[in-house]
Amino acid sequence: MEREIVLNTSKIGKFFYDPIEFKALDDISFEAYKGEFLTLIGKSGSGKSTLLYILSTMDTEYEGELFIDGKKITGQKQDNLAKIRNENIGFVFQFHYLLPEFSCLKNIMIPALKLGKFSREEIEEQAYSRLKMLDMTDQALKPASKLSGGQQQRIAIARALINNPKIIMCDEPTGNLDTKNTQIVFDIFQQIAHELGQTIIAVTHDTDFAKASDRTIELADGKIISHGKK
Amino acid sequence: MKLSVNTEIGLTHLLSRKRQTLVASLGVTIGIAMYIFMNSLTLGVNRYSDNAIFKNAPHLRVYKEDEMSKPIPGVSSSSGLPVIVNPKISNTSLNLVNPQKLLKDIQSQKGVTAAAAYVTANLFYTNGKSQVNGVASGVNILEANAMFNIESTMIDGDLRSLVNTPNGILLGVGIVNKLNIKLNDNINVISSVGVVKLMKVVGIFKTSFAITDKTKSYVSLATAQQLLGQGPNFVTDIYVNVATPALAPSYVPLLQNLTGYNVEDWMVANETAVAGSKIRGIMLGGISWAILLVAAFGIYNILNMTITQKLNDIAILKATGFSGKDVIRIFVLEALIMGFLGTCFGVILSLVPTTALAHVYIGADIGYFPIRFEPSIALKGAIIGMIVTFCAGYIPARRAAKVDPLAIFRR
Repeated sequence: MEREIVLNTSKIGKFFYDPIEFKALDDISFEAYKGEFLTLIGKSGSGKSTLLYILSTMDTEYEGELFIDGKKITGQKQDNLAKIRNENIGFVFQFHYLLPEFSCLKNIMIPALKLGKFSREEIEEQAYSRLKMLDMTDQALKPASKLSGGQQQRIAIARALINNPKIIMCDEPTGNLDTKNTQIVFDIFQQIAHELGQTIIAVTHDTDFAKASDRTIELADGKIISHGKK
Repeated sequence: MKLSVNTEIGLTHLLSRKRQTLVASLGVTIGIAMYIFMNSLTLGVNRYSDNAIFKNAPHLRVYKEDEMSKPIPGVSSSSGLPVIVNPKISNTSLNLVNPQKLLKDIQSQKGVTAAAAYVTANLFYTNGKSQVNGVASGVNILEANAMFNIESTMIDGDLRSLVNTPNGILLGVGIVNKLNIKLNDNINVISSVGVVKLMKVVGIFKTSFAITDKTKSYVSLATAQQLLGQGPNFVTDIYVNVATPALAPSYVPLLQNLTGYNVEDWMVANETAVAGSKIRGIMLGGISWAILLVAAFGIYNILNMTITQKLNDIAILKATGFSGKDVIRIFVLEALIMGFLGTCFGVILSLVPTTALAHVYIGADIGYFPIRFEPSIALKGAIIGMIVTFCAGYIPARRAAKVDPLAIFRR
């Protein structure tokens, strides 16, 4: 069966100029498919995070081309990129980056309110369904700052899911979690990818986590050294 | 109520830091209150000092200027050098020709609210051996009263008696004291051309100018003309009031063309007073702007701090699809809400010093301190306050919009 390509890159290269000129990424070309749980691994300094930020459309200073859902992203204006992120990409970070003044529910709702596709009531309903899926319904109205790390990470995942993005990008999503919470997050990702058909691209240095994913791309010195099993 | 996400985020920021919000608003409150107070003060004092001028001087005065003699052209000595002549005042009379027509012409001009003919006569007031020199204004007293509100300065008698009493005179209180006379007494006046008349004191007035009280008197037009030995067509000045005193200088060329005589506006005649009110305006305006800027800096400061504290939040907002414009909107909105709260309270607070000062009794003909709450200044203050807070919010907000989420996430 021909699989649908959600994201692909063509010969992406990236230089850092500070403190000295340094090629962080070189000739990166790969594809990510719909419903795939993809991990990026590599040693510290291999360029995996740099690559993720380019894929996330937040970093715009690179060579080569990036396509999301067949549309060329490279060269688009910042405001457009913000819109693309809002609609197509969900983020989960190592440090949970929730907005501390808002309740968990509001944190989840904000990207959807920004998108403005649904009414407030519909969005609230959707947020509750995400919370239910993550078994967090009882925390909905607590302020985000009052939750434990594992709980915050699940709220962050719920927020990443709210707009039904095609891709969810994660930077060390389990880097700050204990084994039990890591397992919970992993199971959620499996479920998202395989049941909801959303693509997950996660940067990690947790090899067990990477091994259990569908495919692992390994980077070293800014180059892909392994595309992983197909 | 349906709020946009940006508004909701801004409001949540403000509400989660109520104290900071309040302190920043308080800065604006004090700034706006002082701005309104200072400017009301300037306006009140200037209005009072202008009114003080207009108690004695018209907005415009039409008169005949003394002409200087000129050398006869074409006459030169045999050696070809021009003949030098001592210039002297050459006109024999300061009479304005055909004053009735001039008056009618002036009154028909747009913007002119009142015009009155004046005959000014230098004379001596005598009672037995006592003698005081001074100036009598020959006027239609009702017209003059409409212009200068002479009635408000009357302390004895009635100015309307001047209409009914052909030889009546209104005297300044200083002259009355010097001559040791009272109402309804008779005095002799001797004019500069030697005409002597017996006059009856029908009223006494007291202005805030001692020099006026010691020299000035009002008589009827006919009396003044007789004192100068002139006929009923003799008029030396036409006093003109216009609707907007501030625009008086613009009437000068108009009236000069119309009458052919010299025209002087009150700003030229009272340069010192005009300069004084200008200095007051600049001084108090400068102070009030300084206070307003300090208040704006308070908002700037607090927003700057908020943004530094919230770099993570800004990064995550941008990552989840908020554009730079959205971020600017969020923080400018926060500034504007603080500014709006501050402005509203500021307008209310400004009532305190203005009403307090308005109840301070100064005395003389000033009475209470000439200040009141000026809605136009409050409006101006509110608008300026909002503009200043917008700027104070926009500068840090632009910085927030430029936050690079990558720089935050990479840390």
